[in-house]
Amino acid sequence: MKIGVYICECGINISSTVDVSKVAKKIGKLSGVAVSRNYKYMCSDPGQEMIKKDITALGLDRVVVASCSPRMHEPTFRNTVEEAGLNPYCFEMANIREHCSWIHHDREKATQKAYELVSGSVARAMGLEPLDRKEVGVTPAAMVVGGGIAGIQAALSIADEGFKVYLVEKEPTIGGRMAQLDKTFPTLDCSACILTPKMVDVSRHPNIELLAYSEVTEISGYIGNFTVKVNKKPRYVDEEKCIGCGVCAEHCRLKGTVPNEFDMNKGKRGAIYAPFPQSVPLKYTIDPEKCLMLTRGKCGKEPRCVENCPRDAIDFKQKESIVELNVGTIVVATGFDLFDLSVKPEYGYGKYDNVITGLEFERIVSASGPTGGKVRLNGKYPKNVVFIQCVGSRDRKGPGNEYCSRVCCMYTAKQAHLVREKLPDSHITVYYTDVRAFGKGFEEFYNRIKKEGVTYRRRELDDAIEVFQKDEKTYVKAKGYKDAEADLVVLAVGLVPKSGSKELAHVLNIQNSGDGFYLEAHPKLRPVDTMTDGLFLAGCCQSPKDIPDTVSQANAAASRASIPLARGKVEINPATSVVDEDLCVGCRTCEKICSYSALEYDEERGIMKANEVLCKGCGSCTAACPSGAISLRHYRDTGVMYQLEALLREGGTE
Amino acid sequence: MSSFEPRIVAFLCNWCSYAGADLAGTSRIKYPPNVRTIRVMCSGRINPMFIVNALQEGADGVLISGCHPGDCHYSKGNYYARRRYQVMKNILEYIGIHPDRVRMSWVSAGEGQKFADVINEVIEGIKALGPAEEIRRR
Repeated sequence: MKIGVYICECGINISSTVDVSKVAKKIGKLSGVAVSRNYKYMCSDPGQEMIKKDITALGLDRVVVASCSPRMHEPTFRNTVEEAGLNPYCFEMANIREHCSWIHHDREKATQKAYELVSGSVARAMGLEPLDRKEVGVTPAAMVVGGGIAGIQAALSIADEGFKVYLVEKEPTIGGRMAQLDKTFPTLDCSACILTPKMVDVSRHPNIELLAYSEVTEISGYIGNFTVKVNKKPRYVDEEKCIGCGVCAEHCRLKGTVPNEFDMNKGKRGAIYAPFPQSVPLKYTIDPEKCLMLTRGKCGKEPRCVENCPRDAIDFKQKESIVELNVGTIVVATGFDLFDLSVKPEYGYGKYDNVITGLEFERIVSASGPTGGKVRLNGKYPKNVVFIQCVGSRDRKGPGNEYCSRVCCMYTAKQAHLVREKLPDSHITVYYTDVRAFGKGFEEFYNRIKKEGVTYRRRELDDAIEVFQKDEKTYVKAKGYKDAEADLVVLAVGLVPKSGSKELAHVLNIQNSGDGFYLEAHPKLRPVDTMTDGLFLAGCCQSPKDIPDTVSQANAAASRASIPLARGKVEINPATSVVDEDLCVGCRTCEKICSYSALEYDEERGIMKANEVLCKGCGSCTAACPSGAISLRHYRDTGVMYQLEALLREGGTE
Repeated sequence: MSSFEPRIVAFLCNWCSYAGADLAGTSRIKYPPNVRTIRVMCSGRINPMFIVNALQEGADGVLISGCHPGDCHYSKGNYYARRRYQVMKNILEYIGIHPDRVRMSWVSAGEGQKFADVINEVIEGIKALGPAEEIRRR
């Protein structure tokens, strides 16, 4: 065996803690090692060329690179060795940066550890075998989960590229949070005016199939060939017949009694409703928890919706239905919810009705909202309006979130402007800690708002702030300032992942970062990919962001999701399980363990067979097989044992 | 005893714990150099023989770390790992090895600090137990 070993210095990232030339020299003495070198940047062109030259000149049959995490550069170097004619699976990587130089101070110990890690990889490389790269076909369709601006944009972009898109939305309409906003910062364009044309585009696009009021319940398969089960909830209205005229809602016995979620419960609707006039699809929905007919089985003599619908579209017998869809790639765009204020009683939210969230303010100030755009509370126009920023965000002590929600500074500035516009004589005060005006046009916008007679009062985040009432008047108490009287308090409440997003992560097999948002495959270089091939992220499900960033990310995710669809083929992992027919006794233990039904029992021969396409290469069957008949290619027991032995060969770190 | 520096082998699943260890590195969180990591695709891949083998080859402790329950990239591999781990502990005890020499933890790809905390804990635990010589080959 001729092994080439290449120790990367990574500039000084590795070499400042690890004596790389010492490691290279020592490794060079191991049996089977034909060449051992160190170089400043192995991933650079000259670094890769060095490996290629050695493969050709020395006839190397295994290559080991010791550098950063294989989760970063394994694909890079596999390509490198392949270009020089070596099988890409005859390559092994040792992680001496994330798992060594970056976590240790002691140069001598880190050097010894690096040597041991590399020698472990050299030993493992000896057990590697060439594997053939395999490709499978791709279903030329995509799914987008979530129909806010992120999902809408992603769906339109993929559909415009010529591929079929299924857009799945949980609510009765698409539009998401953006549809609830009045104006958008910093340009003050009307949110609905720029969003609703895109919603209509979705409904009209020949390549988009919209599944509103539906939820993804199950997913199986892999990149290129996913099968997704979608639960279509019953609207109790025949979508084919309903033309969205709204006569049913006009006549509903509960009209004006049910809090409308779209208006953040500040407005009222009936039991049959469309969330807002521009809903897409414009199909009415019956609220099963409120409708008299559905809860009690009786609604007067006859339900008025049934009596009045000109299209005979009401159907109380409708049941949920499961649709099974085949797609090649999936974009997840499930958005956000607001931070739960019940854990922060000091703000008086829920206790005082003149304390509202920023999103509630959006509905109140919106012309289509419950007050017709009048900033009025209990029939009175507020004289003193106080905004409080960073509610539930930038909270190091808890129970809030440590992260910054990124949009609150600017939406507060925008809302202060809207108050000034509607109530020119009002006193507007903003309690803030830092105004983060980092986007295009943000600082200019903030300066403009300050000039509009808005008082910004700086406070420390760790200092207590409290909203209280005395003699039927509301005040905001903050350290260093006289208590501010407030007729209206607007809380700049931070963003949290959408409720149910953890459960959805399990269904989709993607991961959360520490803050609960979905985790991207790499924070810098793969910001819209997930660790599951074929699944991509867009919008606030990944982290709080504003509309321009969301749209950019949605287009990025759409582009990433379209690549396999356009190629028509994807490479699948060849490191799959293989059954040794001579050893298998046909006990079928592995069959029960496999999550992918990749192990099939051959009745005739009484043994198991592994399906290379279905197998994902987890290796659970390998560890479970009582007769040791199953091996996982590229991760065979022998390779791991060699690695173990080499890792522990020297005396440790005493 | 205070000079005893245990040798610990950590089997980490590719998707969660190895990535968590990577994040600890990227975040430059420091922890002692007693641990040698072995990457496996899934904690379900870990053959109990690997653990026995590690102790035979000179490890003083073994850590198995995978995705949090319910988060497994392959849906159930971490549950299989957990069951095997429970059985394994009984067997180790039977053959005279302190069951605490083998530890299991859940560390996600977003938990760099937790990974470092787990490593520190494991090192302290193994230091208290002293060197493992029961089944060591050399």
